[in-house]
Amino acid sequence: MLSTIADAVWSAPVVDYHALAPEIVLGGGIVLLLLLDLFIADAKKWILTPVASFTLLAAFIPVLTLSLSDAGVRSLFDGRYVVDDFSLVLKGLFLLAGYVVVLLSADHIREGDYYQGEYWFLVLSSLLGMVMMASSRDLISIFVSLEFLSIPAYMLAAWRKRDSKSNEAGIKYYLLGVFASAIMLYGMSLLYGITNSTKLVDIGAYLGSDMSAIRAVAVLFVVIGFAFKISAVPFHTWAPDTYQGAPTPVTAFLSVASKTAGFVALVTVVYVGFPGSNEVWQPVFWILSALTMTVGNVMALKQTNIVRMLAYSSIAQGGFILMPLAVAGEQGVAESALRAVVTYLLVYAATNLGVFAVIIAVSRKTRSGEISSYGGLFSYAPGLATLMTLFMASLAGIPPLGGWFGKFAAFQSLVSAQNNWAYALAIIGGVNSVVAFGYYGSILREMWMRPVPDGDSSPVPIQSSLIVALAITGSATLLLGVLPGIVIHFGDLAGLAGAFGG
Amino acid sequence: MLLNQFLILGAVLFCIGVYGVIARKNAVMVLMSIELILNSVNINLLAFSLRNGSVDGHTFALYVIAVAAAEVGVGLAMVLLMYRNRRSIGLDELSEMKG
Repeated sequence: MLSTIADAVWSAPVVDYHALAPEIVLGGGIVLLLLLDLFIADAKKWILTPVASFTLLAAFIPVLTLSLSDAGVRSLFDGRYVVDDFSLVLKGLFLLAGYVVVLLSADHIREGDYYQGEYWFLVLSSLLGMVMMASSRDLISIFVSLEFLSIPAYMLAAWRKRDSKSNEAGIKYYLLGVFASAIMLYGMSLLYGITNSTKLVDIGAYLGSDMSAIRAVAVLFVVIGFAFKISAVPFHTWAPDTYQGAPTPVTAFLSVASKTAGFVALVTVVYVGFPGSNEVWQPVFWILSALTMTVGNVMALKQTNIVRMLAYSSIAQGGFILMPLAVAGEQGVAESALRAVVTYLLVYAATNLGVFAVIIAVSRKTRSGEISSYGGLFSYAPGLATLMTLFMASLAGIPPLGGWFGKFAAFQSLVSAQNNWAYALAIIGGVNSVVAFGYYGSILREMWMRPVPDGDSSPVPIQSSLIVALAITGSATLLLGVLPGIVIHFGDLAGLAGAFGG
Repeated sequence: MLLNQFLILGAVLFCIGVYGVIARKNAVMVLMSIELILNSVNINLLAFSLRNGSVDGHTFALYVIAVAAAEVGVGLAMVLLMYRNRRSIGLDELSEMKG
């Protein structure tokens, strides 16, 4: 055995620093934050917030220059780390979502009055993991970036040390998350044993389309590991408790960025690693998608706490994002399914962050998470109520908003598969989008028709950072629906879908 | 090369670990069960690596060990917090939020 290690040839890899620039900038920003936090006085800690947000914006610059350069797909480290259109779109999404989360957290964290430096450190570390995830094309780098994004997220969920709810949220998230990644690792170890490679492309080539029981088990375990991350039913039990117990900006972060990262990993693994094994994962995604939509929507109907309702709503939205994957292996559907998933992720990120921005703004006045506390919002905060209506309509899928376009793309790719299973799933999805009106509508009813609960109609104080966050998410939600061409331009994702041969 | 025996050991450890995660109510015991699963993964990786004659599995196992250490660090810190807030580490008592 030692001889294999001793004989292994090692040569320094050629590193394309331009391709790695977003990660390097983020890494530098993280170190800077830690050092600043260590050396500056408590009274000056406010400076950490701009440092965090400028780091994210600075990391966004190389993403832009990379997407404008003509170099095509940049493949690093023997094809284990790839910067292509797919990963650039998602890196941009993660960085912008991270920026909005920083805007949402700024006042929240400063008022909480403790551990500012660590908070930004954890948020940025988690984002670095997500940015790495978008490029990872190897089992080891996928595993490392998954843990890199999850471990800080566990700590963020348990952020309020002395609050037992936050505690409970953190522990539930941690135990299920670690359990899921352990199961995923077992699947990965089997994959490595079968194919003798950790590189997804090699695994895909070796697995081909013939399936033995052990291969099916390996593929299934990996898929189930990621199903926890995207909180697909029946692996969703952590999500409502974690979302409710965690601080609200952290909930926004988890429900958008962390979930998107899970989908990115799932899509990469399925598209590059298991393109031929569609007979194993298609039925799994079909069942997961149908269950996730239905259970998420039905449970959301009976919630009274708005954050918990949004937790179930975000589970249900996950079901819609899974829909195209249930047919992704059919002839000629792979690319449109991938485009539908990416489009939906972009729209969902913009809309859901917007909803959380409104919730954070309103709860600063009402100090309550109950849906009934939104009564009469329109009478004293018409701007917030209008924006909330916009976001809710987008989540429900009303044209011409972004959410409508996302759903349209998902249904389109389902129907283009032209088989009965796809039609059946499309019908389940259709019924569910109608059910979803029930709970989105109940918030609208509170805001527009009900009286103000305590007759306290003093205006809601909104900080400038929240206004910027609302402006970004609101205009993104509108633009993605009115001008879907922007997303279609991003949709040139043939590189990843290439494994399906078209 | 006794590949089968290693794989059976790995599978048995994996099953014990999954059973422990599901059945145990004590947070520390659940953490230990998760460690069992991770170690079954390591055994698998090393056995496959020896059979396949490639070093990828060894590298993977090293990463798994390092990341598992980081995870347990966070996990034990959370259990400690839970003990401070509630004077108990029973997972069945974590039921403040329901529905």
